[in-house]
Order: sequence, then structure tokens, then C-alpha cells
Amino acid sequence: MIRFEGVTKEYADGTTAVGGLSLNAPTGAITVLVGPSGCGKTTSLRMVNRMIEPTAGRITIDGEDTATMDPARLRRGIGYVIQHAGLFPHRTVVDNVATVPRLLGWDRRKARDRSMELLERVGLPAELARRYPHQLSGGQQQRVGVARALAADPPVMLMDEPFSAVDPVVREQLQDEFLRLQAELGKTILFVTHDIDEAVKLGDQVAVLRVGGRLAQLDAPGRLLADPADDFVAEFVGRDRGYRGLAFRPAPPLEPREEPTVPLGAAPEEVRRVTADWVLVVDAGRPVGWVEPRAIDAPVTTDRLHRGGTVARLDGSLRAILDAALSSPSGRGVLVDDDGLLLGTVTASAVVAALDGVPRTDPVEPPEPVER
Amino acid sequence: MTRDVLDWLLDGAHWQGGEGIPLRVWQHVAYSLIAVGIAAVLAVPAGLWVGHTGRGRFLAVNLVGILRAVPSLGLLFASLMILGPKIPGELGVHVPVQVVLVVLAMPPVLAGAYAGVEAVDPAARDAARGMGMQGRDVLLRVELPCALPLVFSGLRSAVLQVVATATLAATVGLGGLGRYLIDGLAVRDYAQMAGGAVLVAALALLLDLLAATLQRLVVSPGLTGKTGRRTAAGETAASSDPRDVGVLTEGSTR
Ligand SMILES: Nc1ncnc2c1ncn2[C@@H]1O[C@H](COP(=O)(O)OP(=O)(O)OP(=O)(O)O)[C@@H](O)[C@H]1O
Ligand SMILES: [Mg+2]
Repeated sequence: MIRFEGVTKEYADGTTAVGGLSLNAPTGAITVLVGPSGCGKTTSLRMVNRMIEPTAGRITIDGEDTATMDPARLRRGIGYVIQHAGLFPHRTVVDNVATVPRLLGWDRRKARDRSMELLERVGLPAELARRYPHQLSGGQQQRVGVARALAADPPVMLMDEPFSAVDPVVREQLQDEFLRLQAELGKTILFVTHDIDEAVKLGDQVAVLRVGGRLAQLDAPGRLLADPADDFVAEFVGRDRGYRGLAFRPAPPLEPREEPTVPLGAAPEEVRRVTADWVLVVDAGRPVGWVEPRAIDAPVTTDRLHRGGTVARLDGSLRAILDAALSSPSGRGVLVDDDGLLLGTVTASAVVAALDGVPRTDPVEPPEPVER
Repeated sequence: MTRDVLDWLLDGAHWQGGEGIPLRVWQHVAYSLIAVGIAAVLAVPAGLWVGHTGRGRFLAVNLVGILRAVPSLGLLFASLMILGPKIPGELGVHVPVQVVLVVLAMPPVLAGAYAGVEAVDPAARDAARGMGMQGRDVLLRVELPCALPLVFSGLRSAVLQVVATATLAATVGLGGLGRYLIDGLAVRDYAQMAGGAVLVAALALLLDLLAATLQRLVVSPGLTGKTGRRTAAGETAASSDPRDVGVLTEGSTR
């Protein structure tokens, strides 16, 4: 656990970047620091690995005061990922990743093997290992940055806007992979972003900071959206927070309606016999898309399908289920089980009706307060 | 005229003996490389230190400016008068000449070294420290290798200037290719003078070529962009070097 106890940073020019910050980043969880530009997120993060020294207060990692540790040794035990990756341009990808293991005195062979293993872990093909950073795309560079931070298997990771310099599509991919990786690795992560959507997506808990590095609210993302502590947080969390908050509300007990289907390859007459409205097409039990019977003049093929609708798991979040209904051309949201097999459909009005019976905030306990 | 110069250069007699072209070239190379070597030993570490710590930058910038403004010929006579009598024998002439050449070589070498370190991507430096490299590691493993292209360009421009100016050695009775300029002038042998000038230019080019080869061997291809950039990711080549386009279409990296 990373623990901030009344941590303050005043710069020489009198700017108070962080003012009396107290919070806990629990072991094995992602704690996100989010807030407007200049609110002291980077400063807070960099005080953990002593790239910046606090002017007051203390930071402990698993009970040990970082101020008493040798900075270089402290840093070798903490993965550090920054916005533009900061890869070493003169080293190949594999050598970049091997940096910390080499610093720790691993032999070349072992460091290299470890490095190759990590590149695979972060989803980079082995052919990229011999390249230099300038031969990679921004997203690939960022993955190498993550692999490099993970190389010596540090229990703690500090990440400062690692995904903000890539385009939205790549960012989403990187976020998803990051969550998948974290599910395997269970690191203690302090993650900085100015993007509230990223914060609620990635964080097990989210700390909203206001300018001057003061903690405005520390909560699980669902609670942050459902119950902002004050106007500042409400404003920062933004519009649509009611809808976005559904992502953190478990699905109510919904009864999926049975949906008539046709298999892929069905003849036009067969489709029309089902209904005049949109018809769901399945392939080996899995929903693949909708067809409109009157637009069909040949057996149904995949390129004739309407692909707009999303598919939700019956035990997924309310947001995913409601979105499935809203995005479906028929108005009926497609529900599947964990294996992706069709369970039935549900309408938006049924989802909304069921909403009333669900608790407004997620059942996760609020993080323990810091006792002073 | 060109004919005369060519005849002078191709005359076999000029290529032999104690006063022949090979000896003069050898002397010229020795004067030049000793001077650049001394300048490198002094200025490269100093420049790296300035770039790494950011300290003494003001001093370094001004030193570069001042040293550049020093007239070589004036410095030669001054140091000959001051140092000459204090140092016995032929060294009394060699040292003043080296002083001039080292002063000439210092500015580009110093500027190349500190500018090279300053040009290192701050994110890379930050990452290096954040991963637990200590000051020395950051300097030797990140800043120096990344600064090498500019360090080399400083050294190469020093070599070019020093090779041209080392002709001054002849004015104080030493050897080198400057002899052909001085001796030629004395007897109004313009072919000899022009031949000497051609040799100086050729030597400068040759040394620069050697330095370029060394640079290619020492500097990481990651810094020069000479690796090309695969287009598989649908991105444009980072290098604007037209030769790299050929590499790209082959889809190979060198
Ligand atoms: N070296 C410094 N000297 C003086 N003030 C500084 C220094 N570094 C940062 N600050 C100030 O401290 C405050 C917090 O900066 P910090 O970089 O931590 O913000 P941030 O939350 O990371 O912002 P952003 O989202 O823009 O990255 C800002 O007002 C900034 O101007
Ligand atoms: Mg920042």
C-alpha cells in the first residue's frame, strides 16, 4: 500500500502544488488521481519515487517511509511510465525493456529473455524487438514503455498519463489491455490522468483533486458518479454521469424475452415467415446481426447484416444492457451468456422499469479513510 | 595554370625524400590530430558536464564565443613570444603552434558536447532517472550515447578548421603542408603553392571521410534514422533522407 500522510509540496517560487494530501493506494488495486490541469497530479505521483521531494508530510510504501530509502534503489523497485514513453532512442526495443534488470545486475541473457517475455505480454510481436523507438507508432512506443516499467516485476507502478498522447481508438485498446494485464499481475498502481472517463474506467478507486493538490473526493468510480461530494466534483465528473454511472450498477434480475431467429444462410421466404419486423440472425447459437425481411432477396449472408447493435451479457452492467437495447435497430437488445450464446432480448423500457429495483450505488465498500 | 599544378602534383620527385609530400602530409596530420586530440580530451568531458548539470553554461557559451574570435596568427606570435623562450629546443616552437590549434579546435568541440547533451529528449532523461539510474549512469548510458551525433559534428568541424590552419606551422619554421605555401611564395612558384593548397583540401576531405566512417560505426542507428521505418503500421517514414525511401519500399531494415 502506498500511503500519503499530509503530503505537501511547495515549490521555491511559492506555488503550493500539493497541499496536505492524505490518501491510501491499496495493494493490488488501481488508484487513479484525476483533476484539472495544474492540480498537482504529476507532482503527487513524482513524490512517491522521490523524483520530487515533499516539503512536508510523508509517503510510505508498505509501511516503509520513502524518505529513509536510497532514491535510486527505491526507484528500481517502482515501475514508472510517462506520457511520451521516454524510450531511449539509441537502444533497441528489447534493450530498452531490459534497462532495469541490467541495472539490477541480471546477466544479459536473462534480461533479454525477460524482455522478450514482457513484449509478448503487452501485445507486441517479437519482430519489433530489434527495432529502434523511432520505428514504432505512438501506441507501440507506449506499450514498450509499459513493458519496460514491468521488466523487473516491481510491486508498485506509477503511471503519468500513459495513454494520453495516442488517438482515441488506440487509447481504448491500450486501456483494455492494461486492465487485462492488471487482472493477471495485481500490481499496486497509482495512475494519473486528466480524463474522467479514463479514471472511472480504470480505477478501483478514484481520487479527484482540485487545484492546489487538495483531495476533493476519494471513492469507487460508481459512487463518484452517483454521489459527487460537492459542486466541483459534480462539474468535473461532467454530464451524462447518471447514464455513465449505470456502468457500475449491477444488472437487475431481467427476464430475457425469447427472440425468434433464423440461421445464417436462411432463404428470404424463411426470413419473412418469422416476422415483418427486424429478424435476428444466429450462427451456431451466437447472435451475428439483424436483417430486415423486406430488404432481403437472397439467402442471408454476413454482409447483408445490420451490425449497429451491441450485445450485452445478461450479468453485465446496466449500461451495457441498456446500450444493447438503445443501439438495436429493432429496439430489442440482444443478451448473451458468458459463452456468447443467445439468451434472448430485452427492450429499453423493460431495462428502465427494472432500474427502479436496483440500488443506486454499487455495493463496493468505500475505501478506508486515512486516520491521522 | 591547372596544368602546372597538376604537373607539380604528379612530379615523382616531389613524392620522395626527406622533404617529399608523404612526409609533409604525415607532419600535417600529426600536428592536426594532436591538437584535436588535446581539445577533445579537454572539451568533451567539460561539455558533457555542462550539459548534464546545466552548471557553467553561461561560462561555456561565452568561452566558445571568445575563443572563436581569437585571430590565429596573432595568437601564434603572442604565444611564440611568451612561451618560446621558456621552452627549450624545438618544443619551444611546437608548443605555441599547438596552443593556436587547440584554441581553434576547442569551440566547436565544446559546443558540440554540451549542445548534444542538452538536445537529449527530456522524457528519456526523466525516464532514466525514474528507473533508478544514478547521475553517472544517466550521463554515460543515456546522455552521452544520445549526444554522440553532435559530439561528432563538433569534432569534425574542428578537424576541418585545424587542418586548414595547421599550415601556420610553416611560418615559424616547422613542417607540414604549409611549407609548400611558404616556400612557394618565397620563390614565386605558384604551381607549388596551389599544389600545396590542393593537398590541404584533399587531406581535410579524407580525414572527414574517416571521421564519418567512425561516426557511423559508433553512433546508434536509432539516432540517425538510417534504419528506415516500416510502413506496415501505415505511417510515414521518420527520415527525410531520400535514400531511405528505397529501403522502405524493400520493406527491410538495415
Ligand atoms: N518546478 C516547478 N516550479 C514551480 N512550480 C511548479 C513546478 N512544477 C510544477 N509547478 C506548478 O505546480 C502545480 C502542479 O503541477 P503538476 O505538474 O503537478 O500539475 P498536473 O496536475 O500534473 O497538471 P497537468 O494535468 O497539466 O499535467 C502547477 O501550478 C505548476 O505550475
Ligand atoms: Mg501532469
